[in-house]
Order: sequence, then C-alpha cells, then structure tokens
Amino acid sequence: MDNVIRRRTPRARLLRAGLYALLIAAALVYLLPLVVMVLTSVKPIEEIRAGALLSLPSHFTLDPWIKAWSSACTGMRCDGLSGYFVNSIKIVVPAVAISTLVGAINGYALTKWRFRGSELVFAMLLFGCFVPFQVVLMPMARTLGWLGLASSVSGLVLVHVVYGIAFTTLFFRNYYVAVPDEMINAAKLDGAGFFRIFWRILLPVSGPIITVSVIWQFTQIWNDFLFGVAFAGFDSQPVTVALNNMVNTSTGVKEYNVDMAAAMIAALPTLVVYVLAGKYFVRGLTAGSVKG
Amino acid sequence: MTPTDSLSRASSRRAGRRSLAGTLERVLPRLVVAPSLAVALFFVYGYMLWTFILSLTGSRMLPQYNFVGLEQYARLFANERWHVAATNLVVFGGLFIAICLVLGLALAIFLDQRIRQEGALRTIYLYPMALSLIVTGVVWRWLLNPSLGIEALVQSWGFENFRFDWLVDPDMAIYTLVIAAVWQASGFVMALFLAGLRGIDDSLFKAAALDGASLPRVYWRIVLPCLRPVVFSAVMILAHIAIKSFDLVMALTGGGPGYATDLPATFMYAHTFTRGQIGLGSASAIMMLCGVLAILIPYLYSELRERKHG
Repeated sequence: MDNVIRRRTPRARLLRAGLYALLIAAALVYLLPLVVMVLTSVKPIEEIRAGALLSLPSHFTLDPWIKAWSSACTGMRCDGLSGYFVNSIKIVVPAVAISTLVGAINGYALTKWRFRGSELVFAMLLFGCFVPFQVVLMPMARTLGWLGLASSVSGLVLVHVVYGIAFTTLFFRNYYVAVPDEMINAAKLDGAGFFRIFWRILLPVSGPIITVSVIWQFTQIWNDFLFGVAFAGFDSQPVTVALNNMVNTSTGVKEYNVDMAAAMIAALPTLVVYVLAGKYFVRGLTAGSVKG
Repeated sequence: MTPTDSLSRASSRRAGRRSLAGTLERVLPRLVVAPSLAVALFFVYGYMLWTFILSLTGSRMLPQYNFVGLEQYARLFANERWHVAATNLVVFGGLFIAICLVLGLALAIFLDQRIRQEGALRTIYLYPMALSLIVTGVVWRWLLNPSLGIEALVQSWGFENFRFDWLVDPDMAIYTLVIAAVWQASGFVMALFLAGLRGIDDSLFKAAALDGASLPRVYWRIVLPCLRPVVFSAVMILAHIAIKSFDLVMALTGGGPGYATDLPATFMYAHTFTRGQIGLGSASAIMMLCGVLAILIPYLYSELRERKHG
C-alpha cells in the first residue's frame, strides 16, 4: 500500500496532523446534534431558556424523559410516547419477520430454481424499491378501507410487508447467487425437495444476510413516517408520528427538554441496533447499490 | 399462453416425469414466487395505473371517476405552489447531492490514509443514517432555533451580530433542509466511496508514484475515474432520497414559512389528504414518478450496457 504519506519529513508530519485534525473536527460536527439532544433532554427548562446550548446541566434531571414517556401531549392526548412506542413494536415485529421470510424464499427460488421468466419476475419485483410511495398512497388508503384494515396496526403491517418484499428479495437473491450450485444440484439428484434443500443447505448459511435484512427492515419500518401518518388512526400511530405531533403541539409552554427526550426515545432503538451491528447495517445500505 | 395451452404443456411434461411429486417440485418455485409477483402487480403496478387514472379525473374529497382529460395536469402546472415545490426540489436536490458527494468523497479519501481509530470515526460519520428523518428534523429545528439554538450560542461567545435565522427566513429556509439532509446522508456516501476505494488495486498507486505523480493528482486523474460507478450509484440513491423527502420537511419546517419549503412530496400529501384535491394530488404523484423514472431509466440502461460489454 503506497497510497499513504509514508516519509516522515516535517512536512509530511504536519500534513498528517492536519489530516487527523480535520477528521476529528468533522466527527465533532456529526456528533454535535446528538450531544445537544442528550444535553437538552436532561436539563430543567429554566436552564434551557437561559441559553448555553452546549453547557453541561447544572441540575441533572430525568423528568423530561419521564414526561416524554408517560405524560407529554401529542395533539389531543396527554399520555406520552409509551403507547405509540408499543404500536411501533407491534408494527415492526410482524412486518420484519414476514417480509424477511418471504424475501428469503423468493431469493432462493429465483436463484436456485431458475425458471423461464424468473429474471423478469425479479426485475418486476425490484421496481418496488424505486417507486415513490406518493404514487401508492391514495389507492392503498382505499384498499385498506375495503379490507377493513383502515387505521389499524394490521393494516400498517400489511403495507410494510408489501413494500418491504422488494428489498428483502434483493438482499437474499444477491446473497444466494454466490452460494455454489453444485451442492444444490447434488441434493436434487439425491431426491431432496424444494423446502428440504432450503431448510438443510441454504438456511444454515444465511445468518449474515438474515441479519442484514432484519436490520434494514427494522430501521426502515421503525423510522417510517409517511405510511404512519397516512394510514394510522389514533390508536395505531407509530412513534415517529406521535413525536412529530408532540413537537408540533402548540398548546401550553414549549418544553424543549421534553421534545429532545422524546426524540431520543424514538431514536434509541435504531441507534442501539446501529451501534451493536453497524457492519450489517452498512451492508444493507450498500447491498442495493454496490452489488446492483 | 392460453389455459388449454398450459394444460397440454403440463400434461405432456407430466408424461415425461416419473411422478406427480416431480411435477409438484417443478412448479413449486413458481408457486412460491407467485404471491409476491401478484402483490407487486397489484400494489405497485396496479396502484401506479390507479393513481394515473385518478389524475385524469376531477376527484376532490373522494375518488370519483368523472374524467376530465389532462385538466389536472394543466392546473398543476399553473399552480404557484407547485412551481415553488418543483423549484425547491431542484435547489434542495441539487445542493444535497453535490455537497454529499464532495463531503463523502473527501471523508472517504482522508479515512483511507491508514488512520488510527478509523472504525470509530466511520461509525460517527454514519450514525445519522440510522435515525428517523423525523428525529433529524426535530433536532435540527432545535439547533436552528434563532433565539435558543446555534445563533444564540455563537452570540453568547461574543459575536453579537451573528445571524443564523434561516429557519424563519422564507428565502433561506430551504437551505436548512439541505443542512439537515446532508448531515443525515453524507456519512452513507462516505461509506460507499470507502468501499469503492478499497476495491481499487494498489498497483495503480505504485505505478503512479513511480511516475512521480503527486498524491492529489493520482486521486484526481486515476482514482476518481475508477470510482465513476460509485458516483453513479450514489447520485441515483441521493436523488431518490431527495424526490421522496417528506418526513424531514414535515418535522423541520412543516413546509413553511408559508409554503416556502414545500417539496413535491409534501404538496402531494397536502392536496390529497388535507385539502380535498385528490385529482390534483394524483397528478403531482405521477409527476414524481416521472421524476424517478427519468433518473432510473438512464441508470439501468448504463448498468445493463456495462454488464453486456463486460
């Protein structure tokens, strides 16, 4: 590797110090919003009104977090984010599980049991990754109404599964393409069937891509706002919609510390997943672009 | 294929197979994929057609099928608010893509110099991508709050004439969207470029170094051309994010002041769901689809051509 500055001349040293300074400065800028969010969320409101965005709290308090969780107002109601947080979980868990399972089976069938037109089927499914969701909002609202799923958690699960399949199929297809065909062909000769081969040969090596798919779908669905705001009712709103309502509630005094605590609560699940499994998160992000 | 056609095919096939189970195995892969295909046909392609049909009707509060031809499109293009939204998308999208590319490439090149703690730095640059755009909007709205945010902070450092009130300035508010969106997505572009850089053969650098080329020159003349596919993908993805941007506007500016920061996505939502203009909203949704296709089709075309030519 010669693409680095090797010689330790004074000039090179200076250059290298500058490089580190630049990188660290950039890191601080990226961190600033998170730091401010955390600091603001643990300060009493008087301290915030006094200014000093970056100062440490002189009276540390968790009251804003408690209020954001259990008693802050989101529009008409004042029982905090907790109920909406639970809604998000109820939407995310089944939607992630179903879309990942369907994606795995699709990816398997489209790579290891190619049939006439299977490439076309894949291309047609893939377009679902690109469609701007504004095009589907109104028809989906009508369809959910007919199905009796309007304003329900089940309706949102359906929507997220439907528009998640394109991505999960892409992930699994690209992953299974790289699994050698010899093993599968041998198993086929031995008389192993479709599901048996999937269960015994493909699934045991699918750990990484299942992780990628689960993390991707989890992040997408947890962070969704558009479907939530368009299709959810009062009892099924996800946490992002409730957070937006809370911040935009204009009655009473503006409590910035509660707003920031609420934002942290909405952000924590995906942040934790990112910190714990960042590698897979990046792979999900780049799966559709680098590998194509 | 007509039903009788497929029937005779199936039966002739069955004759050649050992058992019924064999036939089942043969159709099973199609059977398994069929529901997803059906879902895509209905929920993606069917809905596109449905929305297109709605855009040809005079629908207001409820979908109606009284066709008015292209009148909604004429209304759309005569609509002042749509012009603002479309112009905003060009400004926002253009700046967002350009800044993300420059920043992402710079960070990737700097990180590629055998930096200590590279992993930690990478994690920091990329974490905003894990956040909901609503969270991003809420945080930046707080940071950009003129009386308590960054403006107040810098003023408290002694720069009393410092002004940073873009959020409430109709002419500047659109740039606050750019700032927040760049913060969110530039780390992702960095990750794309870094992956691309790691894929470049080191011998390229060695050859260039032997020729006495300086490092910036090597990057500009040799590395950058190699990264062209990455630039392409990044532009594709960023443009797609820009066109779909809805959450960020809702949380950061709410489209305001007035409708100064409206984007097509918020225009569509407002007209379809709150202003009882389903026909007009559908027309705007179809225009957004056209926007995505205008980017997607050349991209796919070049991808396919590259693959064919090796």
